[in-house]
Amino acid sequence: MRSLTYAAALREGLEQAMAVDPSVIVIGEGVPDPKAIFGTTAGLIDRFGPQRVFDMPLSENGLTGVCIGAAMCGMRPVMIHQRIDFALLAMDQLVNNAAKWHYMFDGKASVPMVVRTIIGRGWGQGPQHSQGLHGLFAQVPGLKVVAPSTPHDAKGMLLAAIRDPNPVLFVEHRWLHGVADDVPEDSYEVPIGEARVMREGQPDGVTIASLSYATLEALEAAKALSQHLRLEVEVIDLRSVRPLDHACVMRSVCKTGRLLVIDPAFESGGISGELVCRVTHDAFDSLKAAPVRICLPDHPVPTSPHLTEHYYPGPQEIADAVMRLMQLPKTGEGYLGLCHALQRKGRHDVPHRDFSGPF
Amino acid sequence: MIVAERARRLYRSMLRIRRVEEALAERYAEQEMRCPMHLCIGQEAVAAGVSAALRPGDLVFSNHRAHGHYLAKGGDLTAMIAELYGLSAGCCGGRGGSMHLIDLDAGFMGATPIVGGTVPLAVGAAWAAALRGTGQVVVVYFGDGCFEEGVMHESLNFAVLHRLPVVFVCENNQFSVYTRLAARQPVRPIHAVAQAHGLRTEHADGNDVETVTSIAEAACGRVRAGEGPQFLEFSVYRWREHCGPNFDDQLGYRDASEVSCGQADCPIQAYRRSLEARGLASADDLTAWEAELAQEIRSAFDMALASPPPLSGSAAGKVYA
Repeated sequence: MRSLTYAAALREGLEQAMAVDPSVIVIGEGVPDPKAIFGTTAGLIDRFGPQRVFDMPLSENGLTGVCIGAAMCGMRPVMIHQRIDFALLAMDQLVNNAAKWHYMFDGKASVPMVVRTIIGRGWGQGPQHSQGLHGLFAQVPGLKVVAPSTPHDAKGMLLAAIRDPNPVLFVEHRWLHGVADDVPEDSYEVPIGEARVMREGQPDGVTIASLSYATLEALEAAKALSQHLRLEVEVIDLRSVRPLDHACVMRSVCKTGRLLVIDPAFESGGISGELVCRVTHDAFDSLKAAPVRICLPDHPVPTSPHLTEHYYPGPQEIADAVMRLMQLPKTGEGYLGLCHALQRKGRHDVPHRDFSGPF
Repeated sequence: MIVAERARRLYRSMLRIRRVEEALAERYAEQEMRCPMHLCIGQEAVAAGVSAALRPGDLVFSNHRAHGHYLAKGGDLTAMIAELYGLSAGCCGGRGGSMHLIDLDAGFMGATPIVGGTVPLAVGAAWAAALRGTGQVVVVYFGDGCFEEGVMHESLNFAVLHRLPVVFVCENNQFSVYTRLAARQPVRPIHAVAQAHGLRTEHADGNDVETVTSIAEAACGRVRAGEGPQFLEFSVYRWREHCGPNFDDQLGYRDASEVSCGQADCPIQAYRRSLEARGLASADDLTAWEAELAQEIRSAFDMALASPPPLSGSAAGKVYA
């Protein structure tokens, strides 16, 4: 199969959605500019013209309302923010109007729109450009929130989101845009609200539930645990934050008996606590150990690389948490081999060694 | 005669809003309409006049004080009353109450009580109308307080940028709850700021229904001719309390003389005198219209109240489409 980056997969999904449905329009600051939202909107204006592809005034709240109004009247707007932090300016329109319109008017109207957002990380993105805010939006009934981790799911979930009759917040991660993987050429949908088992694990083991970029780190840890300690952990990519597929996690925990949740967001009040609570409540008897979560520290993201070095947990921290859950000693040749395999290559504040900033 | 018929319709449209709201105010004390209610008594001319300039397919958005806008655009009276009582025949099935009115068949797209909330929606509806070439005009009503919201200015900017078919109608009643305009905005006309955004603006006495109508007709005509968004500011006076059925002048936030002056400038009385003076309405006409309205309102209340309450278990439904 053909390999595409996450960014190229998003671009292809957008183009395919626009090609079949003339009501799909795209708007966002920078959509038609030379950088084209990290390449994800490249060429769309050439193919579909300025009647469907728009740049945007810096009016996040107002333009969210404009998109909601257009969505009520037959359009399917895709709005894009280069950072999820910018969507906070639109909280009123998203929470009070988009999320509630269908409900408060007794189902007489709906708001089929997509808001694409991007979690930033590294190269000094700092307190206002790297927050994982998906849990904040997921708290609101009426919104759907998705955060796919693979190019395949990015394209399929974007197509599903555009065709969904509800407002969908689509959460990307800046470090995922360059990741390449198999992506089918045809137009396909990945259903919203279904988690995916990325790696089957052993019974009496550990279930790792994660999302967005954290899923890649979980898979890296899982691979090292398998190679060096012959421990097969089950990795579930949640993909949707609302609706949250806790049934999938529950099924897995009934098999493994242990749960580790990884959420690239502040720990308190987030989706990690929600998932741990659900599983503990509904599958208490299956648990062999108290669930553990790995999130970001409960303080803003600093800018200096000297301050961020230990801010983000990575595959090593994930592997260590698995071993604690399994009560395995962090000693011996196998563990040393695992640590060696998971050692960070290059600087900590860039997605890969070739990256030379800025974002 | 078209002119005469038109004038009579304008009068009856205003009178209908007044009599409906008076009936609501009277029955509110029964404690069965269990939702906040913002009456537009005294401000009926703007809704009646602007609606007279609109076609059935044109769209309207409104705010918390929406009864007049809804009724003048053709919103269903029984569905509105049932909504205030929280019954299943309500226009929102009891999910909205007075501050959330909708009647899509009448082109009334929705009213909500977050100040400024529907302003960008109207611009978005106008954007869709322009992109799809429907020829619709979109109207959004808001108050002087709304002009202080950032989203208002974001909306004006985008509407002008894309020359969208939208008419912004500001009902300036000088108050945000109890806070006077002077405590909230510097001394300069609201419409002048809108003009600086690049909109064509008009301003007038919102108690003169024929003036409102002709200004709105001209504005809608310019919109239909592709001249882009229009901004109309009408001065009006809110007679009753900000929220609720009563008068609240015992609170002392406005002088008795100011209130009586505001009420003396009644758009309905003034227009009745005008119709009588021009021979467009006889005493018999006026009596007959009052009787017809009383009958319509009585039967709307009866029909609304005959509607069953929604099932409490249905509250969890329709979160998603």
